[in-house]
Amino acid sequence: MGALAPVVMSATAFAGSAQFAAASVLATGGGALGAIGAAVLLNARYAPISLTVAPVLGGPLLSRLLQSQLIVDESWAVSQVGGGRVDRRLIVGAGLTLYVGWLGGTALGVVGAGVVGNPARFGLDAAFPALFLALLVAQLSSRQALVAAVLGATIALALVPFSSPGVPIIAAAAACLVGLRR
Amino acid sequence: MSPVWTVGAAVGAATVALKATGPVLFGGRELPPRLTGVVALLAPALLAALVAVQILGGDRQLVLDARLVGLAAAVAALALRAPILVVVSAAAMATALTRAAGF
Repeated sequence: MGALAPVVMSATAFAGSAQFAAASVLATGGGALGAIGAAVLLNARYAPISLTVAPVLGGPLLSRLLQSQLIVDESWAVSQVGGGRVDRRLIVGAGLTLYVGWLGGTALGVVGAGVVGNPARFGLDAAFPALFLALLVAQLSSRQALVAAVLGATIALALVPFSSPGVPIIAAAAACLVGLRR
Repeated sequence: MSPVWTVGAAVGAATVALKATGPVLFGGRELPPRLTGVVALLAPALLAALVAVQILGGDRQLVLDARLVGLAAAVAALALRAPILVVVSAAAMATALTRAAGF
């Protein structure tokens, strides 16, 4: 797909799973609309996620807009300080670090594709779920949090066979509605 | 414009808009109390869903493979109160070894 397009997409979309989804739809002969649809569905989770970050991102509109772009699963997950709150310095710091790594990594991948082979050989596909699990355990401070976690995982797994990638994760967000019950 | 560029531009624009939703609409303000209770549970719900889908998810099916061994290693490391870096490395190594063994 050329060398420059993937790097530019990394700079603007900065969300791995959506880029992989779009690239794989294109690679398997799907149309541009299908690729865009898959990627947007995958990234739809950032609408509710960005709500949780809103209270700590103040300042002028432009600065809020720019800082909000540093929200990715990983920066959001590591900046949780409990009770649904995030630490602003952590999310910005982690976001910037990830952004530099992501852009650099994409450029490296474009240049060196084929040298590394399949990253699955190194078990890297299990590394992020392990990180998410460690962060999840730290979140399970209340009975309600535990219920939300079990419900979220159940909803997501139940939908995997019937929906396109991304939908299970967005649907799982509905599990947080157990918080309405007091 | 080739489809790669069209897709890249569209996905980029949509992602920027999605991520900006909260901070642009509610930036610097406390969320309404009723919303806070719900939003607090978004992290456990989404993190659990990400773990489940990234470990068991396949192409429109659930798959049991080496990733599950990696998750078991992560659980064991967490039970031993290992630091996060050890938890993550244990998961990657266990998965890689299981794959190398031909599973």
